[in-house]
Amino acid sequence: MDIETKNIEEKELVIGIKDLYKSFGNNHVLRGINLDVFRQDNVVVLGRSGTGKSVLIKVISGLLKPDRGTVNVLGQEVATLNEKELQELRLHIGFSFQGSALYDSMTVRENLAFPLVRNKRNLTKQEIQSEIESVLDDVGLLQTINQMPSELSGGQRKRIGIARTLILRPQIMLYDEPTSGLDPITSEEINALINLVKDKFNTTSIIITHDLTCAKSTGDKIAMMFNGEFIKQGTFDEVFSSDDERIQNFYKYNFIN
Amino acid sequence: MNSIPGEKILITKKLDDFFIGLYSGCQFALRFFKEVFKPPYEFKEIIKQCYEVGYKSLGLITLTGFITGLVFTKQSRPSLSEFGASSWLPSLVAIAIIRALAPFVTALICSGKVGSQIGAELGSMKVTEQIDAMEVSATNPYKYLVVSRVLATTIMIPLLMCYTGGVAMLGAFLNVHQNEMTSLITFFQQAFEKISFLDIFSSLIKSIVYGFTIGIVGCYKGFNATNGTEGVGKAANSSVVLSMFLIFVEEILIVQITNSFRT
Repeated sequence: MDIETKNIEEKELVIGIKDLYKSFGNNHVLRGINLDVFRQDNVVVLGRSGTGKSVLIKVISGLLKPDRGTVNVLGQEVATLNEKELQELRLHIGFSFQGSALYDSMTVRENLAFPLVRNKRNLTKQEIQSEIESVLDDVGLLQTINQMPSELSGGQRKRIGIARTLILRPQIMLYDEPTSGLDPITSEEINALINLVKDKFNTTSIIITHDLTCAKSTGDKIAMMFNGEFIKQGTFDEVFSSDDERIQNFYKYNFIN
Repeated sequence: MNSIPGEKILITKKLDDFFIGLYSGCQFALRFFKEVFKPPYEFKEIIKQCYEVGYKSLGLITLTGFITGLVFTKQSRPSLSEFGASSWLPSLVAIAIIRALAPFVTALICSGKVGSQIGAELGSMKVTEQIDAMEVSATNPYKYLVVSRVLATTIMIPLLMCYTGGVAMLGAFLNVHQNEMTSLITFFQQAFEKISFLDIFSSLIKSIVYGFTIGIVGCYKGFNATNGTEGVGKAANSSVVLSMFLIFVEEILIVQITNSFRT
C-alpha cells in the first residue's frame, strides 16, 4: 500500500457520491457522477457554465432529489431522509449562493441572526449578538452590521453570505461560484477567505467555479466536469497536465496568474 | 378531416399542465393545514404581516368603501323615489353592503394590493434563491413565509371587511342625511332593521375564505416563480388574476349555500 492510499484511508469520508443522475425533462444534467470528499479537503468542481455544477451541490444539500444514484453526506443517505432528519443534517452544511441570497428586507445583523434564532433556541440575546459580531469579524465586515444588503458591494455581499452560513458552525461548506462577477482583487480576497474558513472552522468544502485562479488557490483536489460527468479528477497540476482536448481548451481560454 | 398531430400534442400538454398545476396548487394549500399547528410558531412574523396586510391597506379601503356606499345610495335613490319608497333606502343599502358589497369590495381590493405584493415579494425571494437559502439553513420556508402570510390575510381581511362595511355605511348616511336630513341614530336603526345574524355570519365566513384564497394564491404563485425578473412580474400578475377568479367562484358558491339557509 503506497503512502497516498494509506493517507486516503485514514481520512474520514464526508461526502460520497455514487453513480448520480439528474435530469430536467429531456435535459440530462448529471450523467453518472462519482465523487469522494474527505474531511477538511477543499474539492473544486470546475467546468463551463451549464454543465451541471450547481445542480450537483443542490442535490448534495437536498434541495433537489436525484433521479438515480446515491449521495451520502456525513454517513447519511440524503435522498432517504425525512424532513426533520434533513433539517438536522442541514445544520452541518453551509451553502454560499452565487448571488449571495441575502434576505433583502433584513439588515446584516438580522440576516445573520435568522438561522441562529431558529436553530439554537437556547441562546440568549447577548450570546446571539456576540456570535454575530465574531463571525462578522472573521469575514472582516463588522462595520456593516446595521446596513441593508442593498447598501453592500458584490464582494461584501458574498462575504456576508459566507458569514451567515458560518454562524451555525457547519462541517461542510458548499460554495456556488464564489468569485463570479467580482473583480480580480476582490476574487483574491474571497479565495483567501475560503482558505481561512477551512483552516479556522475545519470545514470540508466543495467549491463550484469556472475560475481557474479560484480553483488553483483554494482546491486541494479538482474535479473537471464536462456535460454532466467528471472527465478528470486530481490535483490542479494532474488535471491540467492531461492531454484531453476538452481540458486543454478550458485552460487555454482562461486567464491564470 | 385530417388530424393535426402538433395541435393535438399542444392541447394535451396544456391539459396536462392544467391538471398538474391544479394538483400541486391543492397540495400547496393542504400543506397549510398541516404546518399551521406545528411548532415553532412565528408570532413576530405573523404580527408583522398582519400590519402589512391590515394597517397598510386602510387608506385604500377607506376611500373605496366610502365611495362605494355613497355612490350606491346615490344611484339607488331615483329608482326607490319613483315608487315613493326612499324611506327604505337605509335598509336596502345596509343589506347590499353587508351581504355583498363589503366582503366583495374588500376582497377585490386586497386581491389587487395584497395578493400582488405577496406574489412579487415571494417571487423575488424565489428567483434570487433566498427561499433556498432559508431551506438550507434548516428553516422551513413554508412555515416562515407561507403560514404567516396566509394567517395574516385570513385574520385581517374579515377585519378589513367590517371596517369597509362601516365606512360604506357612513358614505351612505352622508347621502341620506344630505337629502332627507335623517339623523345618524335613525339611519342606523332603519339600516339594521332588516339585517339578520345570517347576513353578518355569512359575510364573515365569505371574507375568511377570500382572505385564505388571496394569501395562498399569492404564496403559491410566488413560490413557483421562475425566469428571473420576468417571472416575478408574472407571479404578481397571475396572483391577482387567479385570486380574483377564485373569489368570484367562491362568491357564487357561498351565496347559493347561504340562500339555501334563508328559505
